[in-house]
Amino acid sequence: MTPAIYGLLFLGLAPVFGGLVAGVDRRVSARMQGRVGPPLLQPFYDVGKLLQKQSRQLNPIMEPMLVGHLIFMAATGALLLGGTDLIFTTFVFALAALLLALAAGSANSPYSFTGAERELVVLLAAEPFFILMMAAVCKVTGANTFEAVLASSQLVAVQLPGVLLAFLLVATIKLRKSPFDISISHHPHQELVSGLTSDMSGRLLAYVELAHWYETALLCAFMVLLFNWSVALGLAAFGVAYALEILLDNSTSRIKWQLVLRSTWVATLVFSGGNVLALFVLGR
Amino acid sequence: MSFFRRSPWILHYDGSSCNGCDIEVLACLTPLYDVERFGVINTGNPKHADILLVTGSVNERNIEIVKNLYRQMPEPKVVVAVGACACSGGIFARAYNIQGGIDRVLPVDVYVPGCAARPESIIDGVVQGIAALEEKRKKTA
Repeated sequence: MTPAIYGLLFLGLAPVFGGLVAGVDRRVSARMQGRVGPPLLQPFYDVGKLLQKQSRQLNPIMEPMLVGHLIFMAATGALLLGGTDLIFTTFVFALAALLLALAAGSANSPYSFTGAERELVVLLAAEPFFILMMAAVCKVTGANTFEAVLASSQLVAVQLPGVLLAFLLVATIKLRKSPFDISISHHPHQELVSGLTSDMSGRLLAYVELAHWYETALLCAFMVLLFNWSVALGLAAFGVAYALEILLDNSTSRIKWQLVLRSTWVATLVFSGGNVLALFVLGR
Repeated sequence: MSFFRRSPWILHYDGSSCNGCDIEVLACLTPLYDVERFGVINTGNPKHADILLVTGSVNERNIEIVKNLYRQMPEPKVVVAVGACACSGGIFARAYNIQGGIDRVLPVDVYVPGCAARPESIIDGVVQGIAALEEKRKKTA
């Protein structure tokens, strides 16, 4: 099959994958807390209900921006699997995340605005890492598309253990997991922490949820890039990483945004940067 | 197909309750009762909520707040009054600042009796609330 077909398959299958991962996540989290938890398909029921509910439009630009957030998040994955340049896809990814922050910031409410500010901090913390990661993957494999990286004989994770470590840290942010869930959380928290979505109702919230499912599938694709010997190996690595994320989520408390920014920049510079530097010094 | 039956999100508001009912509402979320089994989420945000769960009576100071929370909830929505105070004013009914039950200001769909209401009856009230939600959706759709 050509890469374009993989891209189209991503558009169709990623929400199913992301929704199922979210369902498993909620069940496993509940079991960790000594509860039974909701049905496996609960995230789909939630989004279905949100689509049937009334949506309050606060201003004319929030909905277009949220639709943009969803489209660009889906496009990132489609472009990645469709054979576009790896570094280019990270910029589309950043644009998708930025649109969410802009949508929240467009609401004239203090909670929403604080959420938007925190989302921008999260963006500042995570995006430099993704660019460095893609650059490192390109450097190690000598390839610049998803398919070519998978065809490479080098196992990226062995060459880039520091990048893998930093990826786990940054994935915690992107998956909205504690202790880095400063702008939005999937726990039923009644605090400022869900500020980002506080003014979104009905289908507007459904767009955010759908985009998050695409994002989860996209992070899984990034994991496959790091474990590029086979897709099955990448999926298994994603499973292990996600289990670790759930454990971390249920055993840590939230930290302040300053520490989020500092710790991810340290991880980006020391682990990933050090890793890339070491490869150069070793003469690769 | 309707998803309201499977995903009722609740906004819990404490009027002038003694907190007895509030503790029982929170007990519903604990491992013993675990309402998340039914897809229930305690949202804390009126714009995400389907069911407004009120404990305690309305007083002079919180009338506007209760009305405002209700107004911010998107359609369809239902109100569940939990406990004797929310139903009728209860033991505080004749206090100088108390207006009475929640039905003085909002259209209440389900009344859950008890002082304090037991978690089992609160869950039962929410389930009846879901049925009312479903009816409202059919009317608006």
